[in-house]
Amino acid sequence: MSDDWRHGGFGLYLHWPFCAAKCPYCDFNSHVAAEIDQARWQRAYLAEIDRLGVETQDRVLNSVFFGGGTPSLMDPDLVAAILERVRRTWRQANDIEITLEANPTSIESGRFRAYSEGGVNRISMGMQALNDADLTRLGRMHSAAEGRAAFDIARSHFDRVSFDLIYARQDQDLTAWEAELREALAMAVDHFSLYQLTIEEGTAFGRRAAAGKLTGLPDEELAADMYLRTQEICEAAGLPAYEVSNHAREGAQSRHNLIYWRYGDYAGIGPGAHGRLTLGGTRQATVTPKPPALWLQAVEQRGSGELPREELPLEDQAVEFLLFGLRLSEGIDPARYRALSGTDLPAEKLADLGELGLVETLDGRIRATREGRAVLNGVIRELMP
Amino acid sequence: MTQLDHIRNFSIVAHIDHGKSTLADRLIQMTGTVAERDMKAQLLDSMDIERERGITIKANTVRIEYPAKDGETYVLNLIDTPGHVDFAYEVSRSMRAVEGSLLVVDASQGVEAQTLANVYQAIDAGHEIVPVLNKIDLPAADPDAVKANIEDVIGIDASDAIPISAKTGLGIPEVLEAIVHRLPAPKGDRDAPLKAMLVDSWYDPYLGVVVMIRVMDGVIRKGDRIKMMQTGAVYGIDKLAVLKPQMVDFPELGPGEIGVFTASIKQVRDTRVGDTITHEKKPCATPLPGFKPAQPVVFCGLFPVDANDFEALRDAIEKLALNDASFSYEMETSAALGFGFRCGFLGLLHLEVVRDRLEREYDLDLITTAPSVVFKIYMKDGEVRDLHNPADMPDLTYVDHIEEPRIKATIMVPDEYLGDVLKLCQDRRGIQLDLTYAGSRAMVVYDLPLAEVVFDFYDRLKSVTKGYASFDYQLSEYREDFLVKMSILVNDEPVDALSIMVHRDRAEARGRAMVEKLKELIPRHMFKIPIQAAIGGRVVARETLSAMRKDVTAKCYGGDATRKKKLLEKQKAGKKKMRQFGKVEIPQSAFISALKMDD
Ligand SMILES: Nc1nc2c(ncn2[C@@H]2O[C@H](COP(=O)(O)OP(=O)(O)O)[C@@H](O)[C@H]2O)c(=O)[nH]1
Ligand SMILES: C[S@@+](CC[C@H](N)C(=O)[O-])C[C@H]1O[C@@H](n2cnc3c(N)ncnc32)[C@H](O)[C@@H]1O
Ligand code: SF4
Ligand SMILES: [Mg+2]
Repeated sequence: MSDDWRHGGFGLYLHWPFCAAKCPYCDFNSHVAAEIDQARWQRAYLAEIDRLGVETQDRVLNSVFFGGGTPSLMDPDLVAAILERVRRTWRQANDIEITLEANPTSIESGRFRAYSEGGVNRISMGMQALNDADLTRLGRMHSAAEGRAAFDIARSHFDRVSFDLIYARQDQDLTAWEAELREALAMAVDHFSLYQLTIEEGTAFGRRAAAGKLTGLPDEELAADMYLRTQEICEAAGLPAYEVSNHAREGAQSRHNLIYWRYGDYAGIGPGAHGRLTLGGTRQATVTPKPPALWLQAVEQRGSGELPREELPLEDQAVEFLLFGLRLSEGIDPARYRALSGTDLPAEKLADLGELGLVETLDGRIRATREGRAVLNGVIRELMP
Repeated sequence: MTQLDHIRNFSIVAHIDHGKSTLADRLIQMTGTVAERDMKAQLLDSMDIERERGITIKANTVRIEYPAKDGETYVLNLIDTPGHVDFAYEVSRSMRAVEGSLLVVDASQGVEAQTLANVYQAIDAGHEIVPVLNKIDLPAADPDAVKANIEDVIGIDASDAIPISAKTGLGIPEVLEAIVHRLPAPKGDRDAPLKAMLVDSWYDPYLGVVVMIRVMDGVIRKGDRIKMMQTGAVYGIDKLAVLKPQMVDFPELGPGEIGVFTASIKQVRDTRVGDTITHEKKPCATPLPGFKPAQPVVFCGLFPVDANDFEALRDAIEKLALNDASFSYEMETSAALGFGFRCGFLGLLHLEVVRDRLEREYDLDLITTAPSVVFKIYMKDGEVRDLHNPADMPDLTYVDHIEEPRIKATIMVPDEYLGDVLKLCQDRRGIQLDLTYAGSRAMVVYDLPLAEVVFDFYDRLKSVTKGYASFDYQLSEYREDFLVKMSILVNDEPVDALSIMVHRDRAEARGRAMVEKLKELIPRHMFKIPIQAAIGGRVVARETLSAMRKDVTAKCYGGDATRKKKLLEKQKAGKKKMRQFGKVEIPQSAFISALKMDD
């Protein structure tokens, strides 16, 4: 049991909480700041790496991920210093993946070469849309042309480049999305993420929606059609979904994100970062304060950015395993579920869901089908204890 | 022991919110009956539910000592009675225990339906009536118009009506003087054998059953051996007291007096309201006429949400029934809902009050099924069955005809809403009996099926008249009509708890409304669900709840599973609160909401 995490591997997530502007749909822990003391942030990140390194010394690191916020606002020197410290702390897997999330503005693409020299080997770019009108409505700072240009620059420096699109936008119909998706497929190399727009509480869109002022969003029928059509088109183009919203050619999946979904261990550093660490035979959930200033203060004054840890009971681990694992098209190994929860998944429910074509068992693994992934929350509600 | 001519017994009759409780508070306060520091608003409403809803459910009594202007001190016994139709029987029996009534009318509103119903009860009981015009502090108060209104609608002399403000205390001394000088003193013979009326009884957790009495003749003392003439039971008086309004021990009570006793009586059911209490050894010759016990008219099923709570529910119901003889129950099994109870109530408010108390005082989660009235089923073999539950409807081939209870409803409403009220009554199969005007208000009397009223008639009436109508009713008779049982099938399975009795002509419309409502109330499932209303084998309405097609979190990375896990766990817990029918989960609220008609 204590080794369950090894099925997923071990990764490091670093959160950079700043952006040039706040996008109206975004509920990530991101903030706009007038001035950022990057040297001070560097000291904090390095201190946290040291602290977690002591606890996880013996591990082989499979991945590092700079997420945000907008990590492409980090000084390349800061990124390089962090990666230097990471190399000194953990043994690294031969195929270690080091991803940085980037916004595709010209200022940021200017730093790509330096990131690459510092050790970053994969870029995940927030393209969001391929037409200017929609980019404006999404509150983005870049044009479609800038986006494409940034993408080309990224490709010249990195072997692995992915980008994100948001669809099911205001006033977007199925035909318009299909056309845009085909354009994207023509650009995509081997990986991209296609997210349906989610209206999150506490965002500008959330407030507008609550006031009834966010019009033209698709209803459930259209959203479902868009989702299923997306799956068909991408599959035909050789980039099938390996996760609910992520598509890749064989072998090009994001190793970092697979660690989450395969329920491996991950250390989380930075404001609001989450971690799961199996230590002394128990899985700990770690979390840090979300406000950047509080996190810095905690690191500087207490020597740890973490809030009190929580030991995850096995039944909670089983649920997490389920809700991460069923997102993947490869599904889950029922033996792992049994080992965590002490029971099998309910056979009768599995049979019902199977009959409805939502879940299937293939090569001893249980997976949600394409239709099943479209209603995954429902599937999980049925299966969880 | 007080001299007869120094006693006045009275009640206050009023439409809801006209100020009955506030006036009672003022009378208690101005006579110093309750110390200023113990005074609180609506003092006589002792149950939480009464205070919260601002209604009086249980009659309550207070003994007031009043030094009048003539230099004499009088004992005034006030019985506060409920104003709601459900508890009309409670009003009528309390009225028999007193000689006079204060008729309180809101001077800014005028006479309302319950003013009428209650004042007629007082007149029936032979009361002297003193009209009181309350809320004259309000700018909208129009005492002269309301006087004319009282004379017009009720037909009593209102020229001496006392203008007051129960809120500010204005006019209260005049009310106290009027009680002494305008209401009659009770009559009775101190030397005759004991004859006392059992007015009410309730369960007190410390004292056991407490019995409230009004002495007619003779004297009752602590330690006496008394006999209940109807039940024949004999008890020894353990404690004798008056209510001020808390109990104050009293050595004896004579003619005209009102008080309470305890006598090691086990449950409220052992006492009969209206029974005559006399001495075991020296009984009186003839008992008082007595009352007929209140009959439950509305029935519904109460089921625990969690089947494991059945025993707890049984316990709670038994305990409540100890204290509420007007509520009936028997065990019921439903294919859909499992084990529960079929309970009978005096009306919908009574139902709500009992359900509220079960949930609150006994911490139970309950499913309430559609309220139904008692239908009389005339079988072809001559047998007559009382049908309390539509699920028990016998096979139609053996049924000759069905009768349903009808009521005589009185509604008072401002002119401008009359059209809406007539339409509502008409839609509910009403037959107009009378329509008269008093100023700008209309009074309509309708003959209506009780079944059409028990559910949401009152709510609908309030909403179509913006709260300006008042309503009261009396049961009139059973009458034959073309009634059928309508079943609801969810995913092709009949849900017995949703079946209702309905008039054939209205079945399609009701069926359509119900399946549409259910379509909204049942959450989408992973598969599509047909929802049908059927009479016998014939489907009269159908809807299909389509399957859920999209419900997935688009972005889930960064490793924060906590929020999502909590959300799913919450939803899962919500699912567990629903009832499973085959593979379909129906939220408990649906059993009542499905029947609401937004016509
Ligand atoms: N302005 C004014 N309000 C009053 C007066 N008497 C009662 N009320 C208010 O009318 C409402 C109903 O009074 P309540 O005594 O509860 O009426 P009940 O339902 O007849 O017992 C309460 O909000 C009282 O405060 C009065 O004389 N003047
Ligand atoms: C951490 S965010 C941002 C990365 C980067 N700062 C950017 O905006 O390009 C990662 C991705 O989540 C997606 N995303 C953020 N908020 C979303 C929402 N409300 N609905 C759907 N997708 C969203 C966007 O595609 C975004 O690129
Ligand atoms: S979408 Fe990206 S750039 Fe926009 S606010 Fe969120 S993290 Fe920042
Ligand atoms: Mg009251």
